[in-house]
Amino acid sequence: MLDKEQIKKLKIQASEICEKTVELIYNGGGGHIGGDLSEVDIMISLFNYMKHDPKNPKWTGRDYFILSKGHSAETYYTLLSEYGYIDKKLLDKYGTFGSILGGHPNKKVAGVEANTGSLGHGLGLATGIALALKKDQKENRVYVLTGDGELGEGSNWEAIMSAAKYKLDNLTWIVDRNSLQISGKTEAVMPLESLKGKAEAFGFKTVEINGHDYEQIFSALSIREKEKPLCIIANTVKGKRLACAENRPDWHHKTPTKEQVEQLKKNMAEYRKELA
Amino acid sequence: MEKEGCSSAFSKMILEEAKKDKNIMVVCTDSRGSAKLGTYPDELPEQFVEIGIAEQNAVTVSAGMSHIGKKVFVLGPASFYSTRSSEQVKVDLAYSHNNVTVIGISGGVSYGALGATHHSLQDIALMRAIPNLTVEIPSDATQMRAVTAELLKVGRPTYIRIGRSPVPTLYNNVEDIRIGKANKWFAGHDAAVIACGQLVGRALEAAKLLKKEGIEITVVDMHTIKPLDTDMIRDVAEKCGCILTLEEHSIYGGLGGAISEFVVQNVPVPMKICGIPDEDIPNGSDAEVFRYYQLDPEGIAEKVKALINEKG
Repeated sequence: MLDKEQIKKLKIQASEICEKTVELIYNGGGGHIGGDLSEVDIMISLFNYMKHDPKNPKWTGRDYFILSKGHSAETYYTLLSEYGYIDKKLLDKYGTFGSILGGHPNKKVAGVEANTGSLGHGLGLATGIALALKKDQKENRVYVLTGDGELGEGSNWEAIMSAAKYKLDNLTWIVDRNSLQISGKTEAVMPLESLKGKAEAFGFKTVEINGHDYEQIFSALSIREKEKPLCIIANTVKGKRLACAENRPDWHHKTPTKEQVEQLKKNMAEYRKELA
Repeated sequence: MEKEGCSSAFSKMILEEAKKDKNIMVVCTDSRGSAKLGTYPDELPEQFVEIGIAEQNAVTVSAGMSHIGKKVFVLGPASFYSTRSSEQVKVDLAYSHNNVTVIGISGGVSYGALGATHHSLQDIALMRAIPNLTVEIPSDATQMRAVTAELLKVGRPTYIRIGRSPVPTLYNNVEDIRIGKANKWFAGHDAAVIACGQLVGRALEAAKLLKKEGIEITVVDMHTIKPLDTDMIRDVAEKCGCILTLEEHSIYGGLGGAISEFVVQNVPVPMKICGIPDEDIPNGSDAEVFRYYQLDPEGIAEKVKALINEKG
């Protein structure tokens, strides 16, 4: 389990990643900011939890991560840069013509395992990787982060059925359950509940957690049930930490103003001071 | 002439190859029977994945397996793989450079009376518009073996469309077949017929009928639709002065479309695009449908004569 010092460190890291992600979006002239910020704590946890080597992105012993909600690429780029997968200077090119850092991740970027963007692909890709690893009797794990609105795509449920059929207990599916999508509340656009009931009925070991609570996230990531894939429904706040954007569907894709960025930086600095 | 199905040829070959290479994977969508996979699933269960009736997932799961080095062949009806899962082919295979081969079985009007839901008459138009995707329509079992062998050596995202029934064996040596290189038959200069798939056999028969009337044509087996063998098209356009294309596909966007795009911009000559018109087609066997649309040897010969008259 995590001790207090580790949690503090993660919280500080999250505040910094949040700040840098928002700056990246501001400088690049746009991004899917709401989902970027709801996933920050999940992504940081994964980067701390998974086996991976930034110096050797193709290390065969690595765990695999797929960002199925590819539109939330800016947090991913920020983390890849912080961990040394990509040069920090590359972030300056985000949003510019010909940059490999587009609005959706591409394998041309070191550390990125899959070209995502069109929703409903990540679970199938992760299933394929996990299945092939099982067949090769490899120990690597596969993690996939989907959105919740994304689950309207039927291809997800095809993938979920196949992951259960092949007993892929090396697969972890995390849902960034911020309960909002571009048009409003997920439950109004196309109801998902009971999502936990659905995932369980489809054969996944399923837990529901607070997706901003590191103890809960790490505890969920460590769950293993033989012959069952794992589903973690991480309840989150869309736009987390950017006060003007929290729980606001109109911040699905938006560029903050200079003042909003400055306010966030001020808030995060105060937050870090309080933690210290 | 001896006949062999492309699916049977593939199945026999892949079983032997997969026994030697555990990275070969075959994926089906409740289609192992119609794909004529035979004993493969029972003999090599660890190299076989049954996804159920879910073509989208089959393509994406295959892409995932390819990502960690598997050589994946997915088999199921061409009608469903080229339309329902076309987005997965575009994104997870072609755009993502995953070396998966989708084999669309029972292509064209193979399903006969089962009708339009099961016909794949738009697949070439759809697939060839996708960057980084190789598109193949073998005309016989030897071509199918040759193409499979090449893909096993150097994988690339590929769509292969094959028919359901056994087809006459046209080639003896796999060495004569290369992806991206068309095969030329005869050397007549009155007209060139460029065909693919099972219509190549009918074009060759048409050439024999025409020869009896003193008309000498060249037949080109354009088994690779993409990348297109433009050297061959230029050669026959210059030598013959007119081109008739022949395909088991809509007259829109298929082989004829691909060839005309090159011809009109590089070697303009009179052309006739022959295939299935843009309409609801009558139920019937493939032979009956071909006859109805004059895609049988006699009908093809008549169309060639009309084109030669147009050439003047």
